[in-house]
Amino acid sequence: MTINGNRNEGDVVVIGGGVVGGAIALGLARSGAQVIVLDEGDVAFRASRGNFALVWVQSKGLGLPEYALWTRCSAQDWHELAAILKEEAGIDVAHSQPGGFVPCLSEAELEKRVTAMRRLHNQPGLSDFPYEILDRAETKRRLPDIGEDVVGALYSPLDGHVNSLKLFRALREASARHGVDYRPNHAVATIAPRDGGFRVSGAWGEVGAGKIVLAAGLGNARLAPMVGLKAPVRPSKGQIIVTEKTAPFLHHPMGTIRQTDEGGIMIGDSQEDRGFDTIVGQPVISVMAERAVRTFPRLAGLNVVRTWSALRVMSPDGFPIYEQSQSHPGAFVATCHSGVTLAANHVLTLAPAILAGELPAAVASFSARRFHVPVHA
Amino acid sequence: MFRSMRDAGGGTRLSFTFDGRPLSGREGDTVAASLLANGIAICRETPVSGAPRAPYCLMGVCFDCLVVIDGVGNRQGCLVPLREGMRIETQHGRRQAEEVLG
Amino acid sequence: MKAVTAIDQFEESYDLVVVGAGPAGLSAAARAAELGIGVLLVDENPAPGGQIYRAITTTPVGDREVLGADYWRGAEIVARFERAQAGYAARCTLWSIGPDETAAEGEAFEIGLSLDGRARLIGARQLILTTGAQERPFPIPGWTLPGVMTAGAAQIALKSAAIVPAGRTVLAGCGPLLYLLAGQLAAAGAEIVAVLDTTPRGNWLKAAGALPNFLRSPYLAKGLRLMAKARRSLRFVGGVTGLAAEGEGRLASARVARGDAAEIIACDTLLLHQGVIPSVNLSNAAGCAHDFDEAQHCWVPRLDNWFGSSVPGIAIAGDGAGIGGAESAALRGEIAALGAVRRLGQIDLAEGDRQAAPLRSELERALRGRRFLDLLYKPAPQFLAPPQDETIICRCEEVTAGQVRDTATRLGVTGPNQMKAFLRCGMGPCQGRLCGPTVVELIAQANGTTPAEVGYYRLRPPVKPVTLAELAALQQTEAAVKAVVR
Repeated sequence: MTINGNRNEGDVVVIGGGVVGGAIALGLARSGAQVIVLDEGDVAFRASRGNFALVWVQSKGLGLPEYALWTRCSAQDWHELAAILKEEAGIDVAHSQPGGFVPCLSEAELEKRVTAMRRLHNQPGLSDFPYEILDRAETKRRLPDIGEDVVGALYSPLDGHVNSLKLFRALREASARHGVDYRPNHAVATIAPRDGGFRVSGAWGEVGAGKIVLAAGLGNARLAPMVGLKAPVRPSKGQIIVTEKTAPFLHHPMGTIRQTDEGGIMIGDSQEDRGFDTIVGQPVISVMAERAVRTFPRLAGLNVVRTWSALRVMSPDGFPIYEQSQSHPGAFVATCHSGVTLAANHVLTLAPAILAGELPAAVASFSARRFHVPVHA
Repeated sequence: MFRSMRDAGGGTRLSFTFDGRPLSGREGDTVAASLLANGIAICRETPVSGAPRAPYCLMGVCFDCLVVIDGVGNRQGCLVPLREGMRIETQHGRRQAEEVLG
Repeated sequence: MKAVTAIDQFEESYDLVVVGAGPAGLSAAARAAELGIGVLLVDENPAPGGQIYRAITTTPVGDREVLGADYWRGAEIVARFERAQAGYAARCTLWSIGPDETAAEGEAFEIGLSLDGRARLIGARQLILTTGAQERPFPIPGWTLPGVMTAGAAQIALKSAAIVPAGRTVLAGCGPLLYLLAGQLAAAGAEIVAVLDTTPRGNWLKAAGALPNFLRSPYLAKGLRLMAKARRSLRFVGGVTGLAAEGEGRLASARVARGDAAEIIACDTLLLHQGVIPSVNLSNAAGCAHDFDEAQHCWVPRLDNWFGSSVPGIAIAGDGAGIGGAESAALRGEIAALGAVRRLGQIDLAEGDRQAAPLRSELERALRGRRFLDLLYKPAPQFLAPPQDETIICRCEEVTAGQVRDTATRLGVTGPNQMKAFLRCGMGPCQGRLCGPTVVELIAQANGTTPAEVGYYRLRPPVKPVTLAELAALQQTEAAVKAVVR
């Protein structure tokens, strides 16, 4: 874990120890890099602890077809990632790709979804994405437990899910076994380019590396300008309900309802622009519960064991930002709100490219320059 | 396993079943207390390992007294008063999401 | 008292809602109602009294000697409440507290109640949380076996149902409740084969400085009486340093270590107790700040001298404000009520001070000597953080001490929230009530830090079970629908 006997120098410093930072750190270490991960402590805005755990393809990429391709690539590579995590962390992250449904509770909802889906697939290069529009009868045939109010559904065989908390731990575990130096309670105050590399410091001291990766979620907005990058991300509040453990009866993930491998039913997902407020709001929870019960009336009697809210990391157009600094080569930013779906890409594709010093062509359109802001503030 | 104190006031007796066995309890007692008083040693098996459990705190904190009451799973036996004719069953592992008929 | 027995009988809003009908809640509700405030007292139990005066109005125990004079003192507290004009909802749970977004901060709250399988949101201008205490977790090998219970559970069974353990019974741990229960169970005819005392011998020295106050305290006479009664008739085993429950599928024996000496005691019931700690789940979920109290070795809410929490409009009284016992709970409840009544503008500060003055001096007297008990009965480290790796520490998710230690040291986990994400400890139905203190202790020990630095779980509503159907039936807002249906 030491380079030239100095444990405060690494090949790469990754700022952020969530699912995004954790995946990149693992990918870097698997490619042979000496990696230091700087993370915050127990209490932090952690989307990694609050996400919905879908590995989801359908409906993604309207407005940026490259995002649909990048997403599908990750969903395909997820099988390999799951195998790697089982082998290198000893953890089965319960990944499966049984196909996912989006049940709709009114004709208007269905119509809106269908229209969006058609527009999405009319974009260049996306004509071969498999999906189906199901009427009520066909939905009922495939999901016998649906309620009276379900008028139909969208379905894609590309969709799946995972146990995202096991993923989070498996990334950390595998990283630890690959010698990644993980440092909690190391909030970063400043990043300074120096001697062809970077010095990263905080109240805890200083570390240095030839490369840095900003994977600090919402923290990237503050850190990116220090190395000539932009990450204009803002919080988008999402709330989730989880019920007590239940005997298995949902065999497919839905856009907003899924049963975890442990048995709990997760119900999502709201989207609110409330700044950094993470209070669980009762009205939103009620609407989510009501829609879930209308979708699957069998859920009605289940006890809720937890609700929580977390903050998505949203860019202005909702798509990821991947970029290498032009003014300070070796500094990279990686930020997205689909860290679970994209984990396979981050471990297998993005990290090796970062170590090689050039981002893959597949993410060329994800530069923050698309927001028409000058690179230097 | 528990037994009644000798001088305990009689009170009305209620009939109920546990896993189909006919039993009786005292009106005013909770389901958990009634099971204990009838010598029931185990009320559930955990959803994680299947290990047997029995009421632990009797004050609504521990959730170890979970049982199926009249077909509804995972009810806290220590907070539910016993009623005449109650059908109480061992909670085996995860509860079932109720089937909706019709 | 006006009984509320159905969810639609609640008013839209109350001046003051008190949560928990133990001595603190009953006294707070009575005092505020006597001063003309519209009060609602909600409680999850079938009858008032809390745990200390459990079933005081309904107990089938005929012989008053069995439960003792201190128990029967609760009858007057209940009677006073019954005379007052307060609403009272039994078997009603409060599962959420949130700000009323239409009012200024601290002026009003929206609370979620559930009664008889139906939920409702109502308003509360002020809140007093009197949710009391729970027994400190006592994680030993085998503590999940049927036949092992808390001492408090046996006492609740005795008070509310007049039932006692049927076979050979062992009590183990430390603290006044353990000795009280030993006496009560013996009087009720239980077969107590041993009382295993885990009070660390070194604690006597640490507590010595607090002895003079204790000697002038009301605890003394009571404590000596309890001890003497229990010791006269029962087998007392002091200096216990290790304890495990053993058996296949149910308890068969207790394995006891006293230094290097070991003993196996065959038994049918093992009752565990190592003191009580404030129930913090509701106050934590409501956003109230808590601090780690070194003397009581537990998290307590941060309170002002009216028992107001860090959230304006929410007060916390009784043992939930820090362990003080039944007598101080009632006094704290009254002071908190005066604080709430003052914030509601019904009395001014001077009048509040005038009415509170005698209560405050009574409270000081009631708490004198508490510190001695805290120091004397502070549990030994091995009973706070089990040294055996295989010991289950999260009963719901069956997480072991070894897993927590390994995850803290090897994966760099520094707090309980990240631990929860990695191991699921605290994610089960008890919502961390029986693992939180142990998880914090284990992390502190593994990382060479303190519980205060480690922190505690961040909790969210619902803090009591509520079904999806109940939530689904609540009124919806346009903004909420917009946030979900996109």
